Amino acid sequence: MTRELLKGNVAMAEAAIRAGVDAYFGYPITPQSELLEWMSKRMPEEGRAFLQAESEVAAINMVYGAACTGARVMTSTSGPGISLMAEGISYIAGTEVPAVIVDVMRGGPGLGNIAPSQGDYRQVIHGAGHGDFFPLVLAPASVQEAVDLISEAFDLAEKYRTVVFVVADGSIGQMMEPVTLPPMRERKRARPEWAVGGAKGRAPRRLTSLYLKPEVEERVNLRILRRWREAEAHEVRYRGYHLDDAAYVVIGFGTAGRVALSAVRAARSEGIRVGLFRPVSLRPFPTQAIRQLASQAKAFLVVEMNGGQMLEDVQAAAQGQVPIRFYGRMGGMVPFPDEVLAEIKALAAAPPSPADDPRGRWLAQMAQA
Amino acid sequence: MQTEILIAGFGGQGVLFAGQVLAYAAMDAGHEVTWFPSYGPEMRGGTANCTVIIADEEIGSPLVAHPQILMALNAPSLDRFEPQVKPGGLIVANASLLQREVQRSDVQTLSLRANHVAESLGDRRMANMVMLGALLARWHGLTLAQVKAALKAHLPARKQHLLEANYQALEAGAAQIEELKKN
Repeated sequence: MTRELLKGNVAMAEAAIRAGVDAYFGYPITPQSELLEWMSKRMPEEGRAFLQAESEVAAINMVYGAACTGARVMTSTSGPGISLMAEGISYIAGTEVPAVIVDVMRGGPGLGNIAPSQGDYRQVIHGAGHGDFFPLVLAPASVQEAVDLISEAFDLAEKYRTVVFVVADGSIGQMMEPVTLPPMRERKRARPEWAVGGAKGRAPRRLTSLYLKPEVEERVNLRILRRWREAEAHEVRYRGYHLDDAAYVVIGFGTAGRVALSAVRAARSEGIRVGLFRPVSLRPFPTQAIRQLASQAKAFLVVEMNGGQMLEDVQAAAQGQVPIRFYGRMGGMVPFPDEVLAEIKALAAAPPSPADDPRGRWLAQMAQA
Repeated sequence: MQTEILIAGFGGQGVLFAGQVLAYAAMDAGHEVTWFPSYGPEMRGGTANCTVIIADEEIGSPLVAHPQILMALNAPSLDRFEPQVKPGGLIVANASLLQREVQRSDVQTLSLRANHVAESLGDRRMANMVMLGALLARWHGLTLAQVKAALKAHLPARKQHLLEANYQALEAGAAQIEELKKN
């Protein structure tokens, strides 16, 4: 297969086109604007719908409407845009229609900056919006993985009738790496049995997220939750590196995970038996795999580009079986491998006690830096 | 085995493009490669830099604290990045725009007047390719022929008329270094 050198944002856009996306609605925001820009050129070329909306609020409601017709539909934005889209995302979830949302995370909160961050973790794992639902959340660490996950995201969204987030950060959006793009898929034509699009000759269908009778809403909630449980059972994804004989395990996703990979290799070359566990699906979270590692390892190191948002999920998975150290950079700062290597060495030299507060220890360390 | 190359200069000097040319050549040679730009709110006249990482296994961190190679196209870039180069590394410096020599004694240095060479070829904007040619004369991770082939394969159709000028600039840069070797 021929490889192409593509910027992450462009590669994700083209991957969506290859996956048969029918419609894209969005609003520009750095560091994801090249995704929208690529769509603006390529979607009309392919005879598909592209629309730059007047705001993120409008864009997500256009996604909602298109999704109700059974179209493959997506949008992309960064944290501030996700916040604006929150209401619409919840409506999409409540209506049980599929949609793919790309979040290229930047430094925050607020307007923040345009540097790479993982600060939206807690926001996206609960789908940003209100109410009882979970989206699927996939987190690539390279441009190729971003392409592969975008390709899968549409199928998953339709299979579970849910919102699927692909969360990258500014560095994955902006970097160029060689990728093998999938072949162009046939755009699906058969309308799903739930989709609307004219009821001539059949009973009308109704799509809504409004259920005024609580007993009816509860049945919908239960149906959504059962679908989520199916996804939980079947869609866990992660990558392991050097875990076979690892006494120490570093856990990080996306860019933090690949930075940690460099550090793990450097530590290995110094004789430290350390491995890397990189969650790829953040929802469903690889709880069982982490619990298993917790029963074998001497200690964990969690590395994130936020203040320890995934740390809480790792702690829940580990159930106190293993002491945990935390290292994070925030506000658009990306850790260098040397920083993570120093953390691995510190972990191996003196594992924390299970009773330690990983975030408190890290905050004290940051105050001295 | 991993090589990290940091290319830095003014916006408009073709810093990002020079890195992309290296990245294309590395990809076509079958390597893994990551091209990572500074993407702050910079523009023409501001500073620009990119890192190119070339390896034969999955690349970890896209950011590098201590690159093996620095191509410094202007004075602020040398000031900022000279201290970061890995000991034993290489600095390729554009003497046309520097007011001082490279100070590090624990790295190799190639100094050439890239703007001057590019101007003598008729286009100052080719200084980036002159610098790249000089790098390839000393660092053998990729060959001049591979980089030329990458330019030919990936330069967009509307820029193909500049292919020959890019080749000349690469060769002129390499010739500068060959000249240094003789002296």
